[in-house]
Amino acid sequence: MRLLIKGGRVIDPANGLNALMDVLLDEGRIVAVNNDLPDDDAEVIDAKDKIVCPGFIDMHVHLREPGQEYKEDISSGSKAAAAGGFTTVCCMPNTEPAIDNAAVASFIRERARKTGLTNVLPIGAITQGRAGNELSEMAELVSAGCIAVSDDGSPVMRTDIMRNGLEYAKMFALPVLAHCEDLNLSRDGQMHEGYYSIIYGLKGIPVEAEEVMIARDIMLTRLTGGYLHVCHISTRGAVDLVRKAKKEGLNVTCEVTPHHLVLSDEAVGTYDANTKVNPPLRSWEHIEALREALNEGVIDCIATDHAPHHLESKDCEYILASPGISGLETAVALIMNELVHPGILDIEKMVSLFTTGPADILGLDRGTLSPGQVADVTVLDPDMVKTVDPAKFYSKGKNTPFIGRELKGWPYMTIRAGKIVACAGKIV
Amino acid sequence: MQLRDKTMIMDETAMGRALTRIAHEIIERNKGVEKVAVVGIRRRGGPLAKRLAARIEEIEGVEVPVGILDITLYRDDLTTLASQPVVHRTEVNFNINGLIIVLVDDVLYTGRTVRAALDALIDLGRPKAIQLAVLVDRGHRELPIKADFIGRNVPTSRQEEIAVRVKEIDSKDEVVIQEIVDT
Amino acid sequence: MGFEQKKDLLGLRELSREDIELILNIALPMKDVIKRDIKKVPTLRGKALATVFYEPSTRTRTSFEIAGKYLSADTVNLTVSTSSVLKGESLRDTIKTIEVMGFDLLVMRHSMSGAPHYVARNTDMRIINAGDGANEHPTQALLDIFSIREKKGSLEDLKIAIVGDILHSRVARSNIYGLSKFGCEIRVVGPSTLMPPEIEKLGVKRYYSLDEALDGVDVINVLRIQRERQQIGLFPSLDEYANLYMISPEHLLRARDDVLVLHPGPLNRGIEISSQIADSNVAVINEQITNGVAVRMALLFLMMGGARDEIAN
Repeated sequence: MRLLIKGGRVIDPANGLNALMDVLLDEGRIVAVNNDLPDDDAEVIDAKDKIVCPGFIDMHVHLREPGQEYKEDISSGSKAAAAGGFTTVCCMPNTEPAIDNAAVASFIRERARKTGLTNVLPIGAITQGRAGNELSEMAELVSAGCIAVSDDGSPVMRTDIMRNGLEYAKMFALPVLAHCEDLNLSRDGQMHEGYYSIIYGLKGIPVEAEEVMIARDIMLTRLTGGYLHVCHISTRGAVDLVRKAKKEGLNVTCEVTPHHLVLSDEAVGTYDANTKVNPPLRSWEHIEALREALNEGVIDCIATDHAPHHLESKDCEYILASPGISGLETAVALIMNELVHPGILDIEKMVSLFTTGPADILGLDRGTLSPGQVADVTVLDPDMVKTVDPAKFYSKGKNTPFIGRELKGWPYMTIRAGKIVACAGKIV
Repeated sequence: MQLRDKTMIMDETAMGRALTRIAHEIIERNKGVEKVAVVGIRRRGGPLAKRLAARIEEIEGVEVPVGILDITLYRDDLTTLASQPVVHRTEVNFNINGLIIVLVDDVLYTGRTVRAALDALIDLGRPKAIQLAVLVDRGHRELPIKADFIGRNVPTSRQEEIAVRVKEIDSKDEVVIQEIVDT
Repeated sequence: MGFEQKKDLLGLRELSREDIELILNIALPMKDVIKRDIKKVPTLRGKALATVFYEPSTRTRTSFEIAGKYLSADTVNLTVSTSSVLKGESLRDTIKTIEVMGFDLLVMRHSMSGAPHYVARNTDMRIINAGDGANEHPTQALLDIFSIREKKGSLEDLKIAIVGDILHSRVARSNIYGLSKFGCEIRVVGPSTLMPPEIEKLGVKRYYSLDEALDGVDVINVLRIQRERQQIGLFPSLDEYANLYMISPEHLLRARDDVLVLHPGPLNRGIEISSQIADSNVAVINEQITNGVAVRMALLFLMMGGARDEIAN
């Protein structure tokens, strides 16, 4: 099937493109990006006033399958991703059982292939069972399609194991995606430690719980020459550490979530457990630092940390609630509305943070509109205004603190390997 | 709902005369005031009770105990009010056991206030008797209650209101009939 | 919005000075009722309140119970052990069960901050927070403020020291919120490990030295020290705590001559307060308990006295 996306603003950071152009797709590949392409016998998509980008990549999602299908499964998660404008997602290994062997990784890829909506790439565990004690069989994981390793959800507390993990993953050019949290400092913590944690009487998690571990892991990267990617960075100090490591020339990258860029710890005041997330929502001082770091290039990509939960895990006492936000279907709109439209983040920069950013970290052959590439395309409607309504989420996780927020700028169309999979937030 | 003064039925002099007469009647009925105490129902019953006590003292040369009763906690209409009236303190700083209590209020109407006051009083002790003195009886009783001492009987319709004004609260003494003005 | 239009009492942070004054003023006649021979008024006849405590407490619970009974409300103490939570009944289900039994108001204590806020959102019953985690204990602070006002006549310009575990204390927080609305100077003092970061942002002065903190104060509110805090490494020993922070006659020399000592109870004698002080006439600890009943009667009256249909949520 031939598709001609006509008259949109094409933003393709990898090729330095930002112009009104047409994009022609055929047989699942990009054929051409140019002015006034003839429509021949192609189906024409009118992209006037839209923004045409390479398919967005979310390198940090929790799809819950296998093991917690009541929270999410690969089918519902794929739909959520497609509706949210993502053509590729990387799923974290904190499943039951964990993705620490080829069988589970293959199972996920097979399930994703059957669903067919989204390119799902599994991330293997650093340690067996994510227990933090023995390395997982990374060669086997790579052969089963894993593109990185992570124990996300838990830090690797043992410094010796983390050292070995970075060292061993280096052999396979696997980035180690580190969930940086000193559990001894964060124990029982419910929210960011600061003014609002005193006010709300909830045990605080100091920024140091995150920064101490980032500092450690950067040192271990220096020691091993490995590749460290810091997950869901959330503090000013963390940004400083990563900036310094990059200047030094270490192989260190990091990501930030939309919620850490737009929502502060003050929101916890309602004790609505949808505001509970790990790392916690921080104060504005840190949000400002994260925003600066996006523009500066210290932060390499935006990733949702999509963490769907069942209603009962959130409709309860704050302290008993599970942390996490269902983020796939609001990520793009939050960034558009809160950062791009107010002029805090340039649209080209935003597109790169969702495309070349994660593609470069993971070494993926995606994230551009170069002819010959897989035809993954995300079309944005910068003017569409919609209110966040979790009841309409494709994700099983309705847990969002953004319920009822009116946002401007949404994914308009998601094209995966040349096929339209979602349009105006609806799966096709 | 707005109210407008219609007719003045007692001026300062008339109120003074009525209170003096009631004081005499209290003394006469109780053959002296040895065991008598006067308790006003908040708010305007309070000043009236104090004046009655002063007149009794003028006539008899005996000081009678005076108290003020706040009946809010005993009202039977609390659950039908949108918001709660403010509760004030009851100031009855003497033992009422065995005394003849003259309960004083400005207007006797449905009798519900007096009913609440009787309950409130009895929770403070066991008086020998309770008598009721009111400046105005306007009729329309809803309970079997009757005043022992009355300043003036004023036939009214239910659409009217009686306003008793006392210097201590309203800076003048008068009793007027009010009517509802449609706004 | 005035207090009587609010559905719940979850904390003092959300009340205005006028709201607090209204409650304290109504507590005065309520205290008179407690002191009478016949301590019962018919005000809340036909109303029902339940107390649900997910954390052990004798005095607060008893205080609410008797306050309700003095006002003729039917008062029921529901025993909900924390174990029933572990057995799987959700808080929401427990509350629903209570609601459909017809209770008008629920007094709730919970070890988790925000639990009453969560419940309040999910029920039509009115909720009084009787202490939630380290968040607030509004009725304790109200009775503290009532006791201070009663003894000092006014709250304006008083210097008040709160001593002890500020970090975990809901009593401290509610006192700070309440008293700061009356223009008091509030000082907090305790070991650095039991002091929240950025506490100054609440408008209080932070001290580590007890003597410095007590210099010229009108009121000392002594917090109860929880022994289990020591076990998680927040301070080295009870002995050292007592050496540094126990309120004793020598420390009182720093305060004003007419200083008032409050304590929410139960006392750890010889740890946070010496017996000489606890049993002396500067301590108003017993008076606080009586005042607690009066303040809770005032609250119950305000929250259950009116027609509930007409009160906006």
